[in-house]
Amino acid sequence: MTSEREQEAQSAAAAAGVPTTEGTAARMAAGFRSGVRRAAGLVGFLVLLAVAWEGAKWLAGDPWRIPAIDYFHEPPFHLLQLTDRQLPHLWDIFAAFGEPFQRNADYSLANYLIDQALYTWTEALIGFALGAVIGIALASIFVHSGVLERAFVPYVVASQTVPIVALAPLIVTGFGRGLTSVVIIATYLTFFPVTIAVMRGLRSPDPRAVELMRSYAASRWDVYRKVRLPASVPYLFTALKIAAAASVVGTIIGEGPGGVPNGLGRAILNFNQQYIAGPEKLWATIVVAAVVGIVFFMLVRLVEVLVVRQRGDRSVGT
Amino acid sequence: MSSEGQRATTDSAAVRLVGVQMTFATRGASTTALTDIDLSIAPGEFVSLIGPSGCGKSTLLRIVGDLIKPTAGVVEVNGKPAHQARVGREYGMVFQAPVLFDWRNVQGNVRLPLELMGMDRRTREKRVKEMLELVELGSFMRHYPHQLSGGMQQRVAIARALALEPALLLMDEPFGALDEMTRERLNTEVLNIWRQTGTTIIFVTHSIPEAVFLSTRVVVMSPRPGRVTNVVEIDLEQPRNDQTRESERYFELVTEVRESLRGRRGDSSGSADRVRVEGPVG
Repeated sequence: MTSEREQEAQSAAAAAGVPTTEGTAARMAAGFRSGVRRAAGLVGFLVLLAVAWEGAKWLAGDPWRIPAIDYFHEPPFHLLQLTDRQLPHLWDIFAAFGEPFQRNADYSLANYLIDQALYTWTEALIGFALGAVIGIALASIFVHSGVLERAFVPYVVASQTVPIVALAPLIVTGFGRGLTSVVIIATYLTFFPVTIAVMRGLRSPDPRAVELMRSYAASRWDVYRKVRLPASVPYLFTALKIAAAASVVGTIIGEGPGGVPNGLGRAILNFNQQYIAGPEKLWATIVVAAVVGIVFFMLVRLVEVLVVRQRGDRSVGT
Repeated sequence: MSSEGQRATTDSAAVRLVGVQMTFATRGASTTALTDIDLSIAPGEFVSLIGPSGCGKSTLLRIVGDLIKPTAGVVEVNGKPAHQARVGREYGMVFQAPVLFDWRNVQGNVRLPLELMGMDRRTREKRVKEMLELVELGSFMRHYPHQLSGGMQQRVAIARALALEPALLLMDEPFGALDEMTRERLNTEVLNIWRQTGTTIIFVTHSIPEAVFLSTRVVVMSPRPGRVTNVVEIDLEQPRNDQTRESERYFELVTEVRESLRGRRGDSSGSADRVRVEGPVG
């Protein structure tokens, strides 16, 4: 069945280093190796960070007393920023996870923070989803209507220059204390990057691709769903990764004025008040908040890799 | 203006252009891209449009394809207004760049016009396979565009253009970006497809040898304003092959087209003697 021409082309493709079906296994192995390298890089970075942290305290922090191994060290210098109250030892922070989260509480700080993190993440996820949907919808409208784009895009941009801390109390006044206000704040921080990136993505197809579609008498809707939307996917994911992190930050900020009883934002406010008594608890909460943001980011990244691989696309961003 | 009207009567012409005029308005000033174009193309003809940059040959192709509307004049495809022909999906289009969609594999790209047409799945898959076999890419159905060479990508674009089995194929410098050897091979391939499908082809090119080798007629155009200055009848024997490129008649015709492009009246054949030649070409 294979003609001479095809064989010729096949060998030409192989010579040009073009991946063929046989190359799939090798590609997966390469992917696995690069995954391992990345994980090693992350661990290396965390170790470096820990060494810098403790090294600074060793040079200019409070005296080190570790009774378990009978260790004492008097740092040669003393900086206020490096005291145990300002910058607790890492092991104290991690030890705090196992301690009761409050005096006389029957569950640990770790338990408490996981509950709050899940609560915050749920709020962030709702805000993220709403923001993404609104962003895609706005971008689709603006790309199809020059009038609406000129009329509203400046306000979309201006909306993002208003500090969220100024806006949050207004939103709470308008929508009442509770989940709704927090979700609105998260949505507000999320829709913007999605709108801008998807607008670019929807405009990214070659003008000739649109001409080609016109030659098939394709409707605007056909052009949108067969050309513009698929072309915007890489742009969408870049924005969603930014939005994932932004939605977590927005939620944590919003939980204060939003007056919800739970969430990492609430925990941060509480532990901030009790800082003198237990600085490790605030630091532990910060660690958990960072983990929530990173995990959310990585989830979006995972979906991106799966989608892009399924499309067989070579353009995989980071 | 030319004798083309006699070749094909109004009803049977695949393409009929009468007094086509195209003016672009740019910042107050207006540029005349095309003036006074009369051309009639019979079904099954292979007509090349050749001329220097800016002579409006691509514009003319887009006017035939109803991608732009002429300022004045009549454009008919298969006896219908061009717009109706476009809505009826009666022609296929190939550009200089393949314009394939990265996220669709080869068969997905060829399938696209059939999806838009709403063809049922089984007929669709069968047609896609046929078209890819026609351009000899049957074993590359699942490859993605970036895994193919430039020539192979352009063959996918041709398969896609042929998928709707159009009566008219519009090609805008389809091999302009390819190396000479690939180009010659694809020229032969296009001729094979033309013979097998019997489709009418309008082919825009910069290359004189390509135009002469492929066409039944070469329409020579000149810029400022874009107009037809000569129509050269290519009476080379069919089917054409590598020997054609070495024949004496081939060289004569290449010379004739070249001289027409320079603005000198060539060794007149067919309608050429009735076409006014208006000064040297920029």
